[in-house]
Amino acid sequence: MAENHASVILNAQKQRQIITRMAHEVVERNRNLDDFVIVGIVTRGAVLARRLARELKRITKRDIPVGELDPTLYRDDFKRTGALLGAKPTEIPFSVDDKTALLVDDVLFTGRTVNAAMAHLFDIGRPKRIQLAVLIDRGHRELPIRPDSCGKNVPTQYVEKIRVRFKECDGRDVVLSGLAGSAE
Amino acid sequence: MSERELYRKRLVSMADLTPAHITRILDTARVMKGISERDVKKAPTLRGRTVINFFAEPSTRTRTSFEIAGKRLSADVINISAAGSSLSKGESLKDMVGNLRAMNPDLLVVRHGASGAPEMISRWVDCTVVNAGDGRHEHPTQCLLDLMTVREKKGTLEGLNVSIVGDIANSRVARSNLIGMRAMGMKVTVCGPATLLPPRAGEMADRVTSRIEEAVEGADVVMMLRIQTERMEGANFPNIREYSRMYCLTAERMKRAARGALVLHPGPVNLGVEIAPDVAEGPWSVILDQVTYGVAVRMAILYLLLGGGLPEQ
Repeated sequence: MAENHASVILNAQKQRQIITRMAHEVVERNRNLDDFVIVGIVTRGAVLARRLARELKRITKRDIPVGELDPTLYRDDFKRTGALLGAKPTEIPFSVDDKTALLVDDVLFTGRTVNAAMAHLFDIGRPKRIQLAVLIDRGHRELPIRPDSCGKNVPTQYVEKIRVRFKECDGRDVVLSGLAGSAE
Repeated sequence: MSERELYRKRLVSMADLTPAHITRILDTARVMKGISERDVKKAPTLRGRTVINFFAEPSTRTRTSFEIAGKRLSADVINISAAGSSLSKGESLKDMVGNLRAMNPDLLVVRHGASGAPEMISRWVDCTVVNAGDGRHEHPTQCLLDLMTVREKKGTLEGLNVSIVGDIANSRVARSNLIGMRAMGMKVTVCGPATLLPPRAGEMADRVTSRIEEAVEGADVVMMLRIQTERMEGANFPNIREYSRMYCLTAERMKRAARGALVLHPGPVNLGVEIAPDVAEGPWSVILDQVTYGVAVRMAILYLLLGGGLPEQ
C-alpha cells in the first residue's frame, strides 16, 4: 500500500552533509573546544555523537571525549510506560564537572527525553554548560527545551513516526517518516 | 489472573521466570550496578513507591541489600522484623499482613521461616511480593545474584559446570539455584553427606555425589553452603569437625577445579567449617562480588516488577 509506506526525509548523502554542517556550527558556537565533551543519548544519539566527534576531529584536529547516556531511569513517564523499555548502561568514562557538555540525540520531539537526560547528567557531575544538538527537530514540544544545533526541522503530525537510521546500528544511513506501522 | 499479571505480581520461585526473563533481569542489573558506582548513588525511578521489607527471620545481608536497592531507586523503604513487631505479641500472620496491606505498599519483600509463606501472602495482598527466602523452599534473588556473579566473571552461563556442596536438603539457596542454573544451561552437581541430600536429589540435579573431590573435579564454579544448624533436626553428621574434615573446601581440594574456577558462598560464612580461610579470601573467591551484585540484582527486580517489565514472553 503506497499510502502506508514511509517517505524519505534525508538520504544518506544529505544526512552526512548535515552532520558535517552541525559540526561546523559546534565549532562556531564554542570558540575553543577546551573542556568540551559530547554525550550521546542511546542508541542513535550516541551514534550521532561519535559521528560529530569524528567531524570535529577532522575540522579542529582535536580528540573530543564522547560518552553515552541512557535516561530511561530518569523518565517522568515510568508509571505510564513502565520498564517495558529496557534500560541500557550509561558510559561516561570522564568527568563532566565544569565542562561544556554537548548533549546529542537523533530526534527532538516532546523534550521529555532531553529533560530526563539532563537530570541524569546532573547526577553524574556538574557541567558548566549544556548544549543540545539534534539531527531532526519534529516539533510538538511539551517542555521549554530547544536545540542549539538542529540538522533539519521537520513539521510532523503527532502520531507520525520519524525513524533515523545509521549504518553503525541499522546498516544504512537514512531518515524516514511515516505513520505507525508503515513499512521502511 | 493472566500470565502477565502473575509476573507483575510476584517473584516467589525461580520457576516463575523463563530464561528470557532471567537474561532481562541480569542485563538490567548491569545498568543498576552503574548507579552504585557513581558519586550520587541514586536515580529517581521509583520515587513515591513504598517498599516494605517484612523479615520474620533474622537477616542482615539480604535485608540491607533490599533496603539499599530500594533507596538507590528513590523508593521509600520500611523495615519490619518479627522481633519488634506485633507478631511477637501473638498477632497472626494474616492479620499482620492485612494491616500492612491497609498501608498501601507497592511491594512487599518477605523473608519467613515457613516454606510457602510468601506465596500465601501474595494471595492476601494486591501489591507485588518478592520472596527473600522462605524456609527450606527458595531464595530466588540469591540465585539471580549468583547467576549475575558467574556471568560477569565468566562472560557466559551456558555449559558451565557448577557444584553445590553442603547442606543441600535444608538449603533454599541450593533449590533456587538448581532451578535457575539448569534453566540457563549450566550443569549442576550437588554434593553432601547422604543425610544432607534431599530425597530424589537425582531428579533435581544433573549429578549427585557424596565425595567433594569428585564434585570439585573440573568444576567451573564451586558453591559452598553454610551448615544450617537452625534448620536441622537431630544429628545429620557426627560433629562439625568430622563434617569439616570431609567437606571443607580447602586450597588443596580446589586444585582439582577447572582453570579460573570461581568459589561462591551465599554467606554468612563459617570459616574453617565448610570453607578454609585461604579459599574464602583467595583468588578463586567472588564472595564479596556476590554482595555487590546482590544490590544490583535487587534494584533490577524492584524496577522490573514495579514497572511491569517482565511481561509474558
